[in-house]
Amino acid sequence: MSILINKDTKIITQGITGKTGQFHTEKCIEYANGKNCFVAGVNPKKAGEKIFDVPIYASVKEAAADTGATVSVIYVPPAGAADAIWEACEADLDLAICITEGIPVRDMLVVRNKMKQKVAKGGKETLLLGPNCPGLITPDEVKIGIMPGHIHRKGRIGVVSRSGTLTYEAVAQLTEIGLGQSSAVGIGGDPINGLKHIDVMRMFNDDPDTDAVIMIGEIGGPDEAEAAMWCKANMKKPIVGFIAGVTAPAGKRMGHAGALISGGADTADAKLAIMEECGFKVTRNPSEMGKLLKAML
Amino acid sequence: MKIHEYQAKELLRKYGVVTPRGFHTVSVDGAVKAAEELGGKVWVVKAQIHAGGRGKGGGVKLARSLDEVRQYANDILGMQLITHQTGPEGQKVRNLLIEEGADIKKEYYVAALTDRATQKVAMMASSEGGMDIEEVAHSTPEKILKEFVDPLVGLTDAQAENLARGIGVPEASVAKAVDTLKRLYTCYMETDASLAEINPLILEGNGNIKALDAKFNFDSNALYRHPEIVDFRDFDEEDADEIEASKFDLAYISLDGNIGCLVNGAGLAMATMDTIKLFGAEPANFLDVGGGATTEKVTEAFKIMLKNPKVKGILVNIFGGIMKCDTIATGVVAAAKEVNLSVPLVVRMKGTNEDLGKKILAESGLPIISADTMAEAATKIVAAVK
Repeated sequence: MSILINKDTKIITQGITGKTGQFHTEKCIEYANGKNCFVAGVNPKKAGEKIFDVPIYASVKEAAADTGATVSVIYVPPAGAADAIWEACEADLDLAICITEGIPVRDMLVVRNKMKQKVAKGGKETLLLGPNCPGLITPDEVKIGIMPGHIHRKGRIGVVSRSGTLTYEAVAQLTEIGLGQSSAVGIGGDPINGLKHIDVMRMFNDDPDTDAVIMIGEIGGPDEAEAAMWCKANMKKPIVGFIAGVTAPAGKRMGHAGALISGGADTADAKLAIMEECGFKVTRNPSEMGKLLKAML
Repeated sequence: MKIHEYQAKELLRKYGVVTPRGFHTVSVDGAVKAAEELGGKVWVVKAQIHAGGRGKGGGVKLARSLDEVRQYANDILGMQLITHQTGPEGQKVRNLLIEEGADIKKEYYVAALTDRATQKVAMMASSEGGMDIEEVAHSTPEKILKEFVDPLVGLTDAQAENLARGIGVPEASVAKAVDTLKRLYTCYMETDASLAEINPLILEGNGNIKALDAKFNFDSNALYRHPEIVDFRDFDEEDADEIEASKFDLAYISLDGNIGCLVNGAGLAMATMDTIKLFGAEPANFLDVGGGATTEKVTEAFKIMLKNPKVKGILVNIFGGIMKCDTIATGVVAAAKEVNLSVPLVVRMKGTNEDLGKKILAESGLPIISADTMAEAATKIVAAVK
């Protein structure tokens, strides 16, 4: 098992014909069972055509109805990305993964509230991963997103992070010391997003094939602290925690739109302290995340 | 993106929020002319820089004659204004706002910002206007009221009234305060602001509500649809190197240390800075080259880092995912040669074609120090600059 996706997941790619969408779809198809997982693409102007042997549909709804796909991955450029997320929700998919970086915050605010309103009115909930994230992978089964597949190994460690390359760093450390991953999830660096650390920690806690987790966060926002509090009361598995940005000055946006210290409780030091208090093994040295985790098993 | 107070007020007026009358100027003569045009007996001469705390730093003066206007304008224009937000070197004043005086009976604080936890817009208000709001939040948090606004619904009358009454606006002026709050909310949403703050919002003797000072910050992801706000951008107020970097799509922020770092990915870049500090030195910058680290981008990144005279060494940390390590190594070698690199350079590469990348570095003939882990890279660069 794994979380969210596995070798039987059927996936629609929104923005499959764009440069980024094409590039990464090809890599995802090449990885493990990708050929059977990536079943449809969407582009209203190219409906009926095929790319990498994947049929293109006019809408997510049609693609889902025709292929039985339940997950979509979105590479649509920023100006149209929030609409693409909403289209996936209206098609009642289980999960939409938005890779797109640079979506206006207001667009995300509106679409997140539309998604919540739909659920409040009794509609089906579509989970959102991202935006501005690398996606997620269940090694040796399926990769959905832009992470380099070859650094991963199948195994029993979960990884969750806001940052792409820092996720790869953690994964590579684990693989190097012989620990494979159950799933590695990038939740993205934007201030308004879908799944948060707490949601992914819950899933790893419930997954019988995950033994321990590396949770990586960064400065800005309350999410890591919330996840830590939840873990203190509920998590049954060892966790290694790292927060990037101890050296980041307040008030400056550090690359990620969400990485900005605005209060005092959202500094790296404050988050590390809360995580430690909640039973995480925290480190200030990102080079030893893998080693620390191994010592806890 | 930040803007000046006079621009923020221009924007607020566009949305129907009442502000004092005033003129922007860049000269002493212009200041006197503005005061003459405004008329009256009292004027406020306000330094315009992208930082708060201007009053305490001596950048805001009340003038009671045209001679005083001239005197204060002369004093303030060109000064290095130091506030708690500018850093010890201060910020040079190039712009002034000359305003009519106001009859302040009471000062309030109101603001709109996006709340990450609830994924709604937080409208905040406080009776403690005119003060540093972070100070209020720290010492008397109960004096900050919040209403969370669903963007699908907008700020309701009931929410706005709760805020207005909650901060003690007299009953006769509640309708005016509600109107101001709703206009502020609309302005915040329509301009894609990330912060819209009026501090203080004042109650005048005649019961009117006015925005006496205002501060805006905008979502840079949304600037593409707001050319009118991009026009407000004042490059003089921004770090020249950060502007230069943004032209090459590099996210760069200068810091105080002496080790330059070049990394792909924002999270890894911060983690690299943190590792440098952990091993006893301070980073000179944050620099994320992004996913496509081409030779051109890496060269520009080197040039920008080396402009900083404090830089005594450079640490390159690249996780080659989609981007291959050999491509990056070629870029690093070309860049180091082009800029005639004279400070120690440590390169740590991981990921796709790692061995090929290391070979290219080793055979380049340049004194590049190679490292396997971030910790090893940091140890080596710290040792090299000492």
